[in-house]
Amino acid sequence: MTTDARLFLSGNEAVACAAYDAGVILGTGYPGTPSTEILEHFCALGGKAQWAPNEKIALEVAIGAAFGGGRAIATMKHVGLNVAADPFFTAAYTGVTGALIIVSADDPGMASSQNEQDNRHYAKAAGIPLLEPADSQEAYDFTAKAIEISERWCIPVLLRLTTRVCHSKSIILRKNLPKPSTAPFFQRDIKGRVMIPAHARIAHRKLRDKLSAIAAWNENSGLNIHIPGDPSLGIIASGIVCMHAREAASKASFLKIGMAYPLPVETIRSFVNQVKRAVVLEEGDSWLVEAIRAAGISVEGKAEMYRFGELNVNRVQRILNQDSSPEPVPPAGKPPQFCPGCPHRAVFETLRDLNCIVAGDIGCYTLGALPPFEAMDSCVCMGASIGIGLGLRHVLPREQAQQVVSVIGDSTFMHSGITGLIEMVYNPPATGHVVLILDNGTTAMTGLQEHPGTGRTLDHKPTRKIIPEDLAKALGIPRVHVTDPTADRDAFQKLLGESLASRKLVVIIARRPCLLSAKLIRKQGWGAHSSSEPKNP
Amino acid sequence: MKTTNVVIAGLGGQGVLTSADILAEAAFITGLDVKKSELHGMSQRGGSVTSDVRFGHQVFSPMVPWGQADCLVVLESTQVDINRPGLRKDGILITPEQIDKKDLLHHRSLNIALLGALSRHLPDIAEPSWIQAMRTHLTATIQDVNIQIFLLARKSKS
Repeated sequence: MTTDARLFLSGNEAVACAAYDAGVILGTGYPGTPSTEILEHFCALGGKAQWAPNEKIALEVAIGAAFGGGRAIATMKHVGLNVAADPFFTAAYTGVTGALIIVSADDPGMASSQNEQDNRHYAKAAGIPLLEPADSQEAYDFTAKAIEISERWCIPVLLRLTTRVCHSKSIILRKNLPKPSTAPFFQRDIKGRVMIPAHARIAHRKLRDKLSAIAAWNENSGLNIHIPGDPSLGIIASGIVCMHAREAASKASFLKIGMAYPLPVETIRSFVNQVKRAVVLEEGDSWLVEAIRAAGISVEGKAEMYRFGELNVNRVQRILNQDSSPEPVPPAGKPPQFCPGCPHRAVFETLRDLNCIVAGDIGCYTLGALPPFEAMDSCVCMGASIGIGLGLRHVLPREQAQQVVSVIGDSTFMHSGITGLIEMVYNPPATGHVVLILDNGTTAMTGLQEHPGTGRTLDHKPTRKIIPEDLAKALGIPRVHVTDPTADRDAFQKLLGESLASRKLVVIIARRPCLLSAKLIRKQGWGAHSSSEPKNP
Repeated sequence: MKTTNVVIAGLGGQGVLTSADILAEAAFITGLDVKKSELHGMSQRGGSVTSDVRFGHQVFSPMVPWGQADCLVVLESTQVDINRPGLRKDGILITPEQIDKKDLLHHRSLNIALLGALSRHLPDIAEPSWIQAMRTHLTATIQDVNIQIFLLARKSKS
């Protein structure tokens, strides 16, 4: 065996590599573990990649690129697809002219997420074909296949990865993928793309016709692989679970489902008829087993306890043995914590000392909920700190209401905090409100990505910088302060105390660079334009 | 050829992921099938980190089944107890105590020294593959000293 043609890539890198090899013209997304490296690697290969302020915008930009006839890819973590759900559903109706691939990186087991939602539901709910690779080679091949399906049926395609596919490395062979046959060009299609009810009623029927055609094609698509074995046990599985299962039950017969929506029903029926016992193995919800049973095919599923967390070889063995006895609890490791010298430390010490009620948000600073701080009282989704803080202010008794603070990071603020500020100005609580923006100049949690407030694009080139205090002032917020809590903790505590007592609307920007990013920026020599120096006037 | 299972464990920032990258690359260069698994995200902030590397003729799951690690490399003594049950009964445990202090030419290179100690137990991977893998995954300025540290630990009798 030689290594010349072989590459050792993560699933994320393999998706990027296929997108690049297939001539994808634009990659867009918002950073989110475990999806982040797709666009970074696509950019490193030479592809045009951009961070959008959030996943909804990312998907809309990608839809536009695909309306223009290009091949586009939008990447996000599973919860990001909630943000992008609005365009996602209707893009199924409009369809696309070029290719549109939406990558959802799901996180069963929640290695770094706030929930373990199973985004296969989205494929069925929206009527968008679903591909599920099991390793890096399939991540590469299925990305190429998704482009082919998208162009053939003029439909967006959902490529669903999971943490262990995204972040596991395995060997791939790179191929000569077909490049786009035509260059982007605008062709008017008002009835197809303007989703007023009269057009959308037609579009919905057209979508269902496409899905019927794709379902028929999927019976022989080559994406669902029958691996013959002992007929006494037949396993139906998709994604990474196939890999665990082939190790746990090496002699069994397998039907590996690569395209789970629309489901290859007849292929499954014929497989089930050939085996004595048919077991469906899947991570997360019992999505596949329910779809198969709904088609009138009798299959065995898993016990409820295996809905929670990732599966692995041991757990697959337990499912096959119908073992639902309590599982051994793995020893707890050391939890993550703020880095030494992290600028968030002083902020959470102050919030704790002032006994604030803290509506928190998503980022490194969510660690402020853990000891020794325990100074965060809620964390629901990106941007929720502001709305939840306002809701608390509206209903709590005055002495509690005026202790409420919304705490949000800079990247999260750009993602979905701005509309929260608008709500605050539009419907101000009687006790006022305090929003604390923790501006460390990076998207730290996901590995130091750029965002609209850093003044640099995904590839660290200067661009116009969005200044949060300018935004707050422009919205008419009467008190806007910029401070560095680490430099003068007493002054920060005084400012926060006065702001809470003021009964006014207050935005405090706690600005100090993340230590890790500051080091990196110095080392790499990345610069940024100021807001007064637009790159393109 | 049986699949070889290695688990590397430590705390965020110690070089667990780099060590796993080097080991996986060395197995890849050798021409074996190899899979490597790890978790990013919250683990970057000083918390417990582990990475699994598996190699052989054909590897399916990227994760080492609990209790089946042939070798467990632990970069931080406090992490030994929580990871030891992942090691099979007669598996090999490699810890910082096994490294001769005088061979550790740079304090940040404990992960590389431990890889050197590990390499003695992995006869399928030849020395040049290890060296090539280190050249791929370490920045140019620190390659030579790290290769020297690796070789000292590889040849050490302790």
